[in-house]
Amino acid sequence: MSEESKVLVPEPLVKVENLCKFFQISRNQVLKAVNNVSFEIHKGETVGLVGESGCGKSTTGRCLVRLYEPTSGHVYYRGKDISTLSRAELKTFRGDVQMSFQSNVQMIFQNPYASLNPRMTVGEIVSEGIKLHHSEYTKQQVDERVEQLLKWVGLGKEHISRFSHEFSGGQRQRIGIARALSVEPEFVVCDEPISALDVSIQAQVINMLKRLQQELGLTYLFIAHDLSVVKYISDRVIVMYLGTVVEEAPADEIYAHPTHPYTQALLSSIPIADPDLTRSRKRITIKGEIPSPINPKECCQFADRCPYATEQCHNQVPVRKEIAPDHFVSCHLV
Amino acid sequence: MAEQEKILEIKNLVFSFHTYGGVVQAVRNVSYELRKGEILGIVGESGCGKSVTAQCILRLNPEPPGFFSGGEILFKGQDVVKMSQKELRKMRGTEIGFIFQDPMTSLNPTMRIGRQIEEVFQDAKGMSRAEKKEKALNIMRMVGISDVEKRYRQYPHELSGGMKQRVMIAIALVSQPSMIICDEPTTSLDVTIEAQILDLLLDLRERLDTSIIMITHDLGVIARLCDRVVVMYGGQVMETGTVREIFYDTAHPYTHGLMSSIASLDTDKNTVLTPISGSPPDLFSPPAGCPFAPRCEYAMKICYERPPQEVHLSEEHRTSCWLQHELAPKVDLRMRKEGAK
Repeated sequence: MSEESKVLVPEPLVKVENLCKFFQISRNQVLKAVNNVSFEIHKGETVGLVGESGCGKSTTGRCLVRLYEPTSGHVYYRGKDISTLSRAELKTFRGDVQMSFQSNVQMIFQNPYASLNPRMTVGEIVSEGIKLHHSEYTKQQVDERVEQLLKWVGLGKEHISRFSHEFSGGQRQRIGIARALSVEPEFVVCDEPISALDVSIQAQVINMLKRLQQELGLTYLFIAHDLSVVKYISDRVIVMYLGTVVEEAPADEIYAHPTHPYTQALLSSIPIADPDLTRSRKRITIKGEIPSPINPKECCQFADRCPYATEQCHNQVPVRKEIAPDHFVSCHLV
Repeated sequence: MAEQEKILEIKNLVFSFHTYGGVVQAVRNVSYELRKGEILGIVGESGCGKSVTAQCILRLNPEPPGFFSGGEILFKGQDVVKMSQKELRKMRGTEIGFIFQDPMTSLNPTMRIGRQIEEVFQDAKGMSRAEKKEKALNIMRMVGISDVEKRYRQYPHELSGGMKQRVMIAIALVSQPSMIICDEPTTSLDVTIEAQILDLLLDLRERLDTSIIMITHDLGVIARLCDRVVVMYGGQVMETGTVREIFYDTAHPYTHGLMSSIASLDTDKNTVLTPISGSPPDLFSPPAGCPFAPRCEYAMKICYERPPQEVHLSEEHRTSCWLQHELAPKVDLRMRKEGAK
């Protein structure tokens, strides 16, 4: 049986197990940004990670590329625990493919105005990673590669010698994407790549990310707070609230049958661009604001704002339950 | 609807800025009106002139470098463009409230919340300290601020983004203005908090009959909140009409482009989004014809040469597009069916 199941269920590309990231703020204050989060990402899929500001989605993304060291828990990349690798091992670590972790996993940042070095030309920004990881390349090979990358993201040869301040937000985000792709990664963490862009430009970047995924076989973790975009781009969606995962399901399933009260409220809060529909829709508004993640109580984190909360919700941490194939919810009431 | 009293009327407004690179024509011949008790949505991308136009209503743009070169803004019959500083000061805050996009930077970080709200009526004579405080607390309760006594003494940095935006709304409401201008009030907020703020604005309109100008780039917010919509691009009005006319009877290619470039909850995964290609026009030397022509898939020769005339499609629905000309090819730009799920 185990032989068969191995064929049917391939090893996940990224496996996150009980990941925690705490920040010690003062002697007796701990900010629990990510608290006991587990999920898997399979090769070639796009996983959307959604939640409101402060829910820990960016911290989770940063732990996956080891920009943060997790407090506890494990992140497995191709079966190898990356949280135990030393700095030198990160560079030389060989998984199943003959390449280092750092060139396999890349990140696209939210703010295209802050994530590009203003003193470097576009050519320098994009070629930096190529030169580091392919020291055997000749100058001509590097230049060819930079040109090819810029072409992929819709920029031209003439842009190579320009500085980032000469570009618009959408173009800068393209440069950020070209830089991430320059080392031929297979897994890219996109941390709100479009939220700083204008609506008409957002579509250009989304289409480009989708096209590149098909052409290069990329795997994405797509972090966003815009649920409409996440639904459009993702295969699976993970909803986070105050450092914990509340619900995880295939994209269509989670939008058709949101089960956790928070997911329901989140979905019904999105303004839909259709006047008749958005005004006739029954909406669940949750009262209050997101509580502070500093020294959280040991209970369901949503209990204080949940319209259906019982005593149990205030006293006990809910366990993750599978209510339909691949649909997981952490709620006492399910 | 049409019989309602007009509170504000902007007529052929032209507003530009002197810069080192030359004169930027930010607002080029914009006209719209606001009626009593209505919520008017102004939608467009960054740099389309929607905020500059709204700031002209209160003369908030620095002059110089900004300057008017035509048109008038009639607020209750008076021309704002010709007002003296003294008259403007009387109007700002008391007649027209303004809610800014970023509540984090538009509150004074060194002043307590209560003091910032009271500042609006500090000139009012014959009010004791206790009366002022009572008035401030009442307004804070009205906009849904919890625990008002505590908040009254707190500083802005102790409040969350949603709470700060409520304080901004409270400040705008203090003197019960007849109209409020909201410049992207929910852009920096989370969706659940955004829903709360939008509900609050709708509720205030119900109770106080305040007219609201809602500036946003989010069509979802427009659909949820507004009665009428003005679509702006390149410093000009492209299309205006009731919210249902704009969404179900779209008549301008730019409006169509805006709608088809967003992923909504009912967008099929396998469809490719249709972005508007290219980028917005250079307002240093605005194009002679329609500003949208270089990015418009239906553009004809005349679109580049002559600006289109405004065409009335119904009592409310107007659009500036050569496609409406009797000799132009007929194009169906409608995205959605009325009442369709």
